[in-house]
Amino acid sequence: MKARILQVIPTLVLVSLLVFGLQQLMPGDPAVILAGEERGDPVVLAQIRSELWLDRSLPEQYIHWIGNVLHGNLGFSWRIRQPVSELVLTKLPVTLQLGAMAFCIALAIGIPAGILAAVKRNTKWDYLVSFIGLAGLSTPNFWLGIMLILLVSVQLGWLPPSGYVPLTVDWRQSLATTIMPAFVLGNAIAAVLMRHVRSAMLTALDQDYVRTARAKGLTEWRVVLRHALRNALVPVVTLGALELGTLFSGAVLTEQVFSIPGFGKLVVDAVFNRDYPVVQGVVLVTAFMFVMLNLLADVLYVVINPRLRVA
Amino acid sequence: MSRAPTNPIHLSPIHLSPIHLSPGRLALARFLRRRAAVAGLGVIVVFVLAALLAPVIAPYDPVATSWSAIRKAPSAAHWLGTDENGRDVLARVIFGARASLLAGVVSVGIAAVLGVPAGLLAGFVGGWVDAVLSRIVDAMLACPFLILAIALAAFLGPDLKNAMIAIGVTAAPVFMRVARGAAMDVAGNDYIEAARALGNPPWRVAIRHVLPNIVPPVLVQGTLAIAAAIIAEASLSFLGLGQQPPAPSWGSMLNAAQRFLTQAPWLAIFPGLAIFLCVLSFNLVGDGLRDALDPRQRT
Repeated sequence: MKARILQVIPTLVLVSLLVFGLQQLMPGDPAVILAGEERGDPVVLAQIRSELWLDRSLPEQYIHWIGNVLHGNLGFSWRIRQPVSELVLTKLPVTLQLGAMAFCIALAIGIPAGILAAVKRNTKWDYLVSFIGLAGLSTPNFWLGIMLILLVSVQLGWLPPSGYVPLTVDWRQSLATTIMPAFVLGNAIAAVLMRHVRSAMLTALDQDYVRTARAKGLTEWRVVLRHALRNALVPVVTLGALELGTLFSGAVLTEQVFSIPGFGKLVVDAVFNRDYPVVQGVVLVTAFMFVMLNLLADVLYVVINPRLRVA
Repeated sequence: MSRAPTNPIHLSPIHLSPIHLSPGRLALARFLRRRAAVAGLGVIVVFVLAALLAPVIAPYDPVATSWSAIRKAPSAAHWLGTDENGRDVLARVIFGARASLLAGVVSVGIAAVLGVPAGLLAGFVGGWVDAVLSRIVDAMLACPFLILAIALAAFLGPDLKNAMIAIGVTAAPVFMRVARGAAMDVAGNDYIEAARALGNPPWRVAIRHVLPNIVPPVLVQGTLAIAAAIIAEASLSFLGLGQQPPAPSWGSMLNAAQRFLTQAPWLAIFPGLAIFLCVLSFNLVGDGLRDALDPRQRT
């Protein structure tokens, strides 16, 4: 366990090098972009370069940058003229709200469907669930979003097609604006979840303790839910952490389609405005959260699975 | 009392003489028994033919605008309607298959060329080489796939070639992991020990004996990765970071369609349907291949 925790450090160092390396790929001189109208003035350019440490060697630049990051300073947005950390803190809750709702939807669809497919193994129910799962995986997020807007907002007029109202302002409006994007995000996760639950349940249903439970005369649903499912859900815990990446990738396009001012929209806008510090900040923050959540999932996995505990 | 055999399985040659079939033939037979996978393969063949024969079968020039046919609903003249510039949607969907399939295959090729040798090295050599390569892969996998691809594509500049490079580089770590795991599995076998004992240099053992045996899992991963790469290319094109207009691509068609959802819903339906069908087919074939090539993973 200690080794697992220590493993995080080189991974995070490499993530930081990767994100720093992205900066080296960017076309054009950042000083020229930042100078704007004054790009012809060598004094201004020199001043910007010295402020941003652009006139130093790459190792010096990296150490300067990582030192700032460790102090919570992710740099300054070139476009919006705000600290990147501030932007991240204002946009992240929006995406986390979407993400939390998406996970609830994914659990509500994925777990029952996975159980159904496993219990009714090799029947038309199993095939139907498997096909729907694969179809869910094969549907591009943004297209599903557009189709939902077309059906629910344009044709039926039930929900607003875009926009966002924060939970703290009006929770009903907030739910109305986020339910469709949350469903779009949850759909992809539900598809993965149902496949995992199905195969974990199939393994669990074959175990001796399930046979014992049946032999005791327990009802079938009790065997399935109390004995098999409890054990089948153990490996599914890790999945939650792994799907965080899917969630953030999905949020990029989903927020674009539904015009939701979250993390995904922040990164797309930053990409188009050539606002590189923001792009770097977003990649760094998501990668950090991903590494930490994976660590947490591994720790949780050991905690809830006593067989893995080492004395 | 004599009865004709009722179970057709007993008559199949596979059941009668499994020993006489090579592993490849057996895998093919197992694959062909999966109807969904075969159907997927059929759809892929149709898409590939459409892409190759696009200039012959497309009813119109995909970039020819017509002011007299702006946003016309599907009709006998334009089966899938026309877009905001009067261009035929069917022609654009057919030509769009080129960008999507090319992006799928080329970016997965890049990912495999980068990832498989690294994975082979890590899995076969082990030790600190494995530790270093694995940490690099962990770091890359920690960054969300699409965000990293978008950042790379944006930094490289928006066009189809750069989108393919961005997707390929971002997808490489997955291939490294698959190849590494398979190489570690294979390296423990007796025939590898025998090859070493015969005095083969390590690189020769790796290339001649380990590499051919890790092909099946890499092939499965490759097929599933094409599906993911097609979605990724469509996503980048949707954001304007892939194929540039007026050249048709399914993703950029959907981007334009968003503005006309109320007036011209068909613009949003058909390109998306094409992405869905194409990706679903690759996923079906990938699943079928996994069952056929790696019976241990069957559920």
